[in-house]
Amino acid sequence: MTARPYPAWITRLFVFAMTSLAATGIMQMPLARRYFISDIPGLAWTADFFLVHKLHYLLAALLLFVVGLVAVHWLLEWRKRLTLSSLGLARVVILSGVIVSGGFRVYRNLPDVTLGPNLVVTIEWVHLGLVMVMGCVALAALIRRKSAYVRR
Amino acid sequence: MVMKKEKSATGGVSRRGFLKTLSVGGVGLLLPPAVSAGQGRVPLSSDGELATLLDLSKCIGCGECVAACRESNAAKFPEPEKPFPEMVPASRAKPEDWSDKRDLDDRLTPYNWIFLQNANVEYKGMSYDINIPRRCMHCRNPPCANMCPFGAANKQKNGVTRISDTLCMGGAKCRQVCPWHIPQRQSGVGLYLDLMPRLAGNGVMYKCDRCYQLLDKGKLPACISACPEDVQTIGPRNEIVAQAKALASGMDGFIYGLDENGGTNTLYVSPVPFELLNKAVDKGRGKPHMKRVADVMADETNLATATLIAPVAGVAAGLLGLGKALKNSTAGKGKKGGRDDS
Repeated sequence: MTARPYPAWITRLFVFAMTSLAATGIMQMPLARRYFISDIPGLAWTADFFLVHKLHYLLAALLLFVVGLVAVHWLLEWRKRLTLSSLGLARVVILSGVIVSGGFRVYRNLPDVTLGPNLVVTIEWVHLGLVMVMGCVALAALIRRKSAYVRR
Repeated sequence: MVMKKEKSATGGVSRRGFLKTLSVGGVGLLLPPAVSAGQGRVPLSSDGELATLLDLSKCIGCGECVAACRESNAAKFPEPEKPFPEMVPASRAKPEDWSDKRDLDDRLTPYNWIFLQNANVEYKGMSYDINIPRRCMHCRNPPCANMCPFGAANKQKNGVTRISDTLCMGGAKCRQVCPWHIPQRQSGVGLYLDLMPRLAGNGVMYKCDRCYQLLDKGKLPACISACPEDVQTIGPRNEIVAQAKALASGMDGFIYGLDENGGTNTLYVSPVPFELLNKAVDKGRGKPHMKRVADVMADETNLATATLIAPVAGVAAGLLGLGKALKNSTAGKGKKGGRDDS
């Protein structure tokens, strides 16, 4: 793993949350059974839409915890000695959009909340689209060996 | 006690006209005023969430609602392109085709959005023959809409849950997560044909949309206006709930839909317990049960709180100690020569 100017466990927690969210997000589409993923020993749960949905919520909570933790440290200390890289800044902006659209998604699912159909479609596709863009930017950063969000 | 009349049509006189005459002349006068008044009132858009009440003690199983539904929604029925695109993997992605069975009316299909279930039951020493019009329950918090990955299914402010036939990919997730497995799939139509028909999607899901085109014009849904027995009432949910409770209380009966899946906008009132009806009706694919249903979105509702608390907890953890540990850890890394990454 690339050495970073902040603890490795934050990186690992963030990568775990993002990867798991991407996986459980993709599994919101009815793919697991069609493409035999749920037939793989240990992956039968991927065809359980409710379980995958709840896992997505839990992982979102984990990601938000990490984001809250990092935001505090950035504001209190890290910003004095660290600078966001261009690819880091891009991913922060995209991630913000993913979090906001995901928040709307959670809000929409609450009882007694009814949003207009156009807004619902917008939220869905913004969330899905930004995640795909995030994946592409993260891949580009990895290939260019600039996966860290910050530099000293 | 028998509450069902013969289903067969009478010769020269139209069944509908005959039953309407009976209804207006006899049974209609005996109706509780609140219920009969509600049936005649066309809901306004300002009424908010609308619900329907089905008084099962009135349904004679004539099938007028089924015929009216077909007529009212005929323009929305799928006209699939054949042959269907070959899908992979073929063993799992199988087309569903109802286009050659359009007349089927003993279950839900993409061409039959309401059907009648029948239950012969004994209760408190009496015999009941109950007919149950079955269609989408229009849940208050519909999992079909909440869990659609493309936003193709939506609950509207008037309580109607609709599936967009231009957005739906036909993955049938909505059918799987629906507690009653209501939506039905027709292959060979819809958006998937224009994307990757071999690899993703399988048509469009269809179900009752409560004749939104009529509601939008201030008219009653077809199944309600066509009913000769005034089985169904539609109105603002709080009024319908009050009517359902009064009706159930008056007949010492039971309500289905009040709490099912957290509450639905379809309330059935029956003189016999729904557990008995559920045992008696023909169930299976396209033939929904009448079991008690817990709120399938309850866990997500609770987890929503977790997603609110999590960032606050992260901030608090940062402020209340974890930050110190991080600082020390960061300092340690620095001393060991962690390189900059730019």
